[in-house]
Amino acid sequence: MANLAPALGVLRQQIAWTRLISICEEQARTLIRTSFSATVREAEDLSAGIFDLQGRMVAQAVTGTPGHVNSMANAVPAFLAMYPPETMQPGDCLVTNDPWITSGHLHDYTSVTPVFRNGRVIALFSSTIHVVDVGGIGLSADGKQVFEEGVRIPILRLFRGGVINDDVARIIGENCRTPLETLGDLYSMAAAGEDGARRLLTMLDELSLPDIDELSRYIIDTSLNAVKARIAGLPHGAWDYVLTSDGYDEPIVARGRLTVAEDEIHLDLAGSSRPSGFGINVVMNYTIAYASYGLRCAVAPDIPNNFGSLSPMRITAPSDTIFNALSPAPVAARHVVGHMLPDLVLGCLRQAIPDRVPAESHLMWNPQYRSVTANGSGRDWQIYTFNNGGTGARPDKDGLSATTFPAGVKNIPVEVVETIVPLVMWKKELRPDSGGAGRFRGGLGQSIEVGHRHEEAFAVSAMFDRIVHPARGVMGGRAGAAGEVRLRSGGAMRSKGVQVIPRGDRLRMELPGGGGLGDPHKRSRESVRRDVQLGYVSSEEAAALYGAAP
Amino acid sequence: MKTIPATRIGIDIGGTFTDAVLETATRRFTAKVLTNAAHPEQGVFDILKVIMAQAGCVPADIALVVHGTTLATNALIERKGAKTAFLTTSGHRDVLEIRDEGRFDLYDLDIEYSAALVPRDLRFGIRERMAANGEVLIPLDEAQVREVARACRGLGVEAIAIGFLHSYANEANEVRARAIVEEEFPGVEVSISAQVSPEIREYERFLTTCANAYIQPKMSSYLSRLETRLHADGFRCPILLVLSSGALTTVETSRRFPVRLVESGPAGGAVYAAHIAAESGSREVLAFDMGGTTAKICLIDDARPERSHNFEVARNQRHVAGSGWPIKIPVIDLVEIGAGGGSIASINDMGHLSVGPHSAGSSPGPVCYARGGMRPTVTDANLVTELLDADYFAGGTVKLDRAATLDAFRRDLKPIFGDDVHTAALGIREIVVENMAQAARIHAIEKGKSITSRTLVAFGGGAPLHACHLANKLGIDRIIVPSGASVGSAIGFLLAPVAYEVLRSGRYALDDLPVGQVNTMLASMSAAARAVVEPALYGAQATETRQIFMRYVGQGYEIPVPLPVRPLTPADIPVIEKSFVAEYERLFSRTVPMARIEILTWSVLISGAGQARRELLEVVETAPMAPGQTRMVITESGPLSAQIHHRVNLDAGSAITGPALIVEEGTTLFVAGGFTAVLTASGHIECNRIDSKAATHG
Repeated sequence: MANLAPALGVLRQQIAWTRLISICEEQARTLIRTSFSATVREAEDLSAGIFDLQGRMVAQAVTGTPGHVNSMANAVPAFLAMYPPETMQPGDCLVTNDPWITSGHLHDYTSVTPVFRNGRVIALFSSTIHVVDVGGIGLSADGKQVFEEGVRIPILRLFRGGVINDDVARIIGENCRTPLETLGDLYSMAAAGEDGARRLLTMLDELSLPDIDELSRYIIDTSLNAVKARIAGLPHGAWDYVLTSDGYDEPIVARGRLTVAEDEIHLDLAGSSRPSGFGINVVMNYTIAYASYGLRCAVAPDIPNNFGSLSPMRITAPSDTIFNALSPAPVAARHVVGHMLPDLVLGCLRQAIPDRVPAESHLMWNPQYRSVTANGSGRDWQIYTFNNGGTGARPDKDGLSATTFPAGVKNIPVEVVETIVPLVMWKKELRPDSGGAGRFRGGLGQSIEVGHRHEEAFAVSAMFDRIVHPARGVMGGRAGAAGEVRLRSGGAMRSKGVQVIPRGDRLRMELPGGGGLGDPHKRSRESVRRDVQLGYVSSEEAAALYGAAP
Repeated sequence: MKTIPATRIGIDIGGTFTDAVLETATRRFTAKVLTNAAHPEQGVFDILKVIMAQAGCVPADIALVVHGTTLATNALIERKGAKTAFLTTSGHRDVLEIRDEGRFDLYDLDIEYSAALVPRDLRFGIRERMAANGEVLIPLDEAQVREVARACRGLGVEAIAIGFLHSYANEANEVRARAIVEEEFPGVEVSISAQVSPEIREYERFLTTCANAYIQPKMSSYLSRLETRLHADGFRCPILLVLSSGALTTVETSRRFPVRLVESGPAGGAVYAAHIAAESGSREVLAFDMGGTTAKICLIDDARPERSHNFEVARNQRHVAGSGWPIKIPVIDLVEIGAGGGSIASINDMGHLSVGPHSAGSSPGPVCYARGGMRPTVTDANLVTELLDADYFAGGTVKLDRAATLDAFRRDLKPIFGDDVHTAALGIREIVVENMAQAARIHAIEKGKSITSRTLVAFGGGAPLHACHLANKLGIDRIIVPSGASVGSAIGFLLAPVAYEVLRSGRYALDDLPVGQVNTMLASMSAAARAVVEPALYGAQATETRQIFMRYVGQGYEIPVPLPVRPLTPADIPVIEKSFVAEYERLFSRTVPMARIEILTWSVLISGAGQARRELLEVVETAPMAPGQTRMVITESGPLSAQIHHRVNLDAGSAITGPALIVEEGTTLFVAGGFTAVLTASGHIECNRIDSKAATHG
C-alpha cells in the first residue's frame, strides 16, 4: 500500500481548502448576525476572505456580493504596502473606506486582521461591509465630488493591540448620522476577523501545518490551471459589444472588446463614456470586480474564487472613461454603471459561445428612502431596499423574475421595512407583460408603490436605470419592458437623484424586465398558455407577440 | 396514563425503510421493512403485524402507539399535496414567487427555483391592510372574501391558506376571513398565518402557512384512515405523533398543523441520543445519525437537544442551501447533509473527488445491491474495504455483488486512483467523513460550542461504520453505539415528551418594556399551548419554559435568552439584560458598548415529562454467525486483520481492541485501530480511544 500516500495527500489538501472556505463563510455569517446595517444582514452586502502575505486572496466566503469580493481581492496589497507584516502586532485591525483602494464608494469599509503564529504573521483576514451612513449627502448620485459624499478614512489602525483607536472612532462617529450603528459595524468587523484568525489557528494545529504557504500555492495553482483549461476550451478571437444605460444627465455608453487568447481573457473598455459629473463614476477596482464576475459566470462558475482563478482575467480601462474614474470624482452610486459590466462581458461572449449566455438583464433598483424634516420635527430615518427586475432568458429556459443579477444581494422583507421606518409598501407584485417575449421569455419585473404611513412627505434617492434603455433580447427575442418611475398623482420623477414625494402622494416604480431569447412564435404553445393562465403575459400580448390564438 | 404504559410501539416511516420498535416491561423487539410509498398506512399495518407476531402481542395489549413519518416532507418535495388557494393582502399576491429576490448560487447562470407552492392563478389579493403595529389601515373587504371563497369552491380547491401582512401583530382580519371562507365553503381546510407561524417576515410566514394547507388534506385523511383502521383492528390505545421539535402531540393537532411534522424522524433520533446522554452521564454529546441518503448532526448539552425555528425543506436537486423553502416551525436544531450510505462518488474536472449529495437511495441503490446501481457509493466503499460482509448484509438477507462494485470503481474513479480500488474506497470514506466533520464543526461554531470534549452517540444504519473515523477527525475520545442503534429514531419516539411551543413576534426595547401588556400576551400564549398539550397528557403534569429572542437595536438576528415562568416585574429587566450580554459575548467575543437592547420574539413551551426509559431491555435478535472469525480490512495503515464479533454474543465488560467489527442485524460497528470497545451494563457499546491525546487521522 505504499502508493496510498500521494493520492490521500492530495485529498488532504482538497479538504484543507474546503475548510479555509468555510472559515471565511463563518466570518461572513458572524458579520451578518452582528451587523447593525440592514444592508449587511438582510441583503448580505458584504464579503470575507483570507489572504497570504503576498496579498493574494486564497479563499473567500460563498456569501457575498461580487463588487465587494473581487474589489477586496485587489485592496489587500495596498494595506500591505502601507503596513508590512513586520509592523503589525496581535490585536491590530486595519480599516479604510477609500473608494480607490477598495470597492468604489465611501459606504464600504474594508478591514484587515493579521493572524499570528509563533510570533509572526502568517495570513490576513479581510472583510468588506456596507455601513449605514458615512455622512455627507448620503447614498445618492447627486454629488459633484467625492468630498461631498462623506468622510474618507485612509488605511489606518482602527484597533491597535486589541484596543480601539479612540481618536479615529470619534472622527468617524462625529461625521455620520448614525454613529452607534456605523461604529457597531466596525466592532463587528474586528470581532469577525479575530474569530477567523482563531479558527485558522485551530485548523493549522489539527493538520500540523506551520502556515498556509504551501496550501496557498496549491489552491492558487490548481484554480489557475482549471480556469486556464476552461479558457483554452473557448473559441479564440476578439468580440466587441456596446451597451447603453440611462446615466444621470446623459446616456452612458459601455464599449467592450473581449479578446480570448490561449490562457488569458482580456476585456478592454476603451471608447466607453467619459466620467460623469455626478456620483455614478466607477473606480478601477469595482470595474475589475464586476467584469471578472461576468466572465467567471460564463466560463468557470464552479471554480472557487481566489487569486488563481481571477488572474487569467485581465481588465483594462483608460483613465478618461467612466470605468476608471480618478479622485475626486463622485462615486456614491457607482453600482448603477458598474452593474452593466456583466451584461457587457456576456454580450461579447455570446458571439463566441451563444449556447451558454443569457439575454440582457434588468439593473438593480436600489431606492434609498429618507425622512423630510425641513422644520426639524421628528427623527431622521433612512432605509435602502434592493429591488430587482427580471433576468435575461437563458439559452434553454426562461429568465428569473424579480431576482438579483449581478449584485447577488437579497431584498429586505416588507414587514421589516415597515417596522423600521414609517412607510407603507402598498404594492409589491410581479409586473405582467414585462418579460421580453421570446422562445424563452425574460424574467418579469415588479411593480412597487410606496407611501408614508401618515401621508407625510418623504424623499427617495433614486438610482434607477433601464428606463430609456431596456434589456435587449437576442436571437429574435424582444426587449424586456423598460422601467418607469412616477408619482401616483401622475407627476414625473427623474431616474437619478434625491426627490421629494409630496404629502399624501405615493411613489410608483415599474421595474424593468429581462430580455427574451429566440423567436417568440417558436415558444411552446403550452408555455404561452400557462403564461396567460398565470397572468405573466396578457392574452393581448400573447396574441400580438407570440401569435397565440385569442 | 399516570403510570408508564406497559407495552408501547414506535413506528418511523422513513424514505427507504419503515422501522418499528415494540417495548414491553422487559424486552425490546425491532423490525425493518421497505417503506410502502403508495399506501403508507398499509406499511404501518404490515410492520405492526410483523412486530406483534414477534412479541406475541394482540392489539388490546398495546398501551400506546407513537408515530412519525416523512409523508409530510415527501408531499412537499414531490409536489403531491392538495390544490391550494392563497388569500393574501391586495398588492402582495406574489410574495411566494418573489421570495427574498436573492439567488442561491452567485455564479451559476442556470439556477432555477421550484415553482411556487400555490400557482399565481390561485393566489387572490384581498382588500385589507394592517400597519406594522397592528392598526387597521384598510378594513377587511368581507364581500370580496365571500366572492373569492365561492370561486375557490367552483375551481375545485381542496385547501385554503390565508396570510395577511402584519397579522402577527393583529390577527383579526385573518380570523374573520377564515370564518367567512368556512361559511361559503363548508368542509374546506383553512390555515391562517397568525396561527401557523405568527412571526414577522412575510415570505417565510406565508410559505409556512401555504405548506401547511398544501399537505393538510393528505395528512388529515391519512391520519383518519390510520386511526379508523387501528380502532377497527382492536387497538384501544392513544395514538401520538412526533413533531419536528421532538415532542409528541395528538392526532387532532397534527391534522391542524401538519407542517410541524416535517422533520419528525430526525427529531426522534435526537430525542433518542438525548436519552443516551442522560443515561450515560454524558453532559456534552454530538449525536450522529447516518442513513441511506443523509447524515444528521445535533449538539446535545445536559441531555437537551438545541431548538430552532427555521428549517429549509425541499432543497432543489443539488441540495444547495437557499434553494429550498424556508419554513418557520419549532424544530430540533440539527444539520442534515447529503452524506449517507447511498451517496454517490464522482470526480470533477479539477480532479477532485466528491461524495454526495446525490444519493442512489434504495432504487437503484449502491452498485453492490445489484439492483441497477452503476455509480460507486459510500456503501460500496465499505464493501471494498471489507468493512461489510458480502454474505451477511442486513442479517444475510441481501447478498452484495463485489465484482460489479469493483468494476464500477475502476471505471468511475480511474482519473485519480487508476486501478487502485482500495485507495479509491479509502478516499470515498475520507471525503464523506470529512463532509460530516465539517458540518459538525460549522454547527458548533455557530452555536459557540466546542466539539472535542463531547461524546459521540452514533446510530442509524450507517453511523457505526464511520464513527471512529469521525471521532478522529473531531478529536473526540469517546463513542457510544447504543442498543437498537439501527432503529434509533423509532426508539426515540417512545422516549419523547408530550409538548407544544407557541411563538409570537412582539418587538419591545428592553429598557421600555410594557410589563403588564407583555404578561397578558405570555398568559394567552401559555393557555394556547396548554390547550394543545393537555389532551395528550392523560393526567400527567406539565412544565412550562419561556424564552425570548433578543438583539441590539439595529441588528437583524436574535439570540435566545431564558425567561422566568411567572409574571414579569420591572426588577427582571436588569437580570434579562445581564443574561443577554453574557450570551452575546459567549457567541461573538465582543459586546457592543452603549447599544440599546430589544426583544423580538417570545416563546412559551409546555411540556409533559419525557417517558421514563426502562432499565436494561433484553434485545431480541437471532441468527448470529459462528464466533471467532477474522477478516482482513483495508485501512489507511494498510490491510489489517480484524476480529469479527456478533453483538448479541458480547459479554458485558470484556474489552475488544480495534481493529474489529461488531455486527448486528441492522448495522456494523467498525472499531478502528487505537480504540477499544466494551459492552456496558446498559447494553450499549462504548468505544474509547486508547491514547486519548493522539488523534491520528487529522
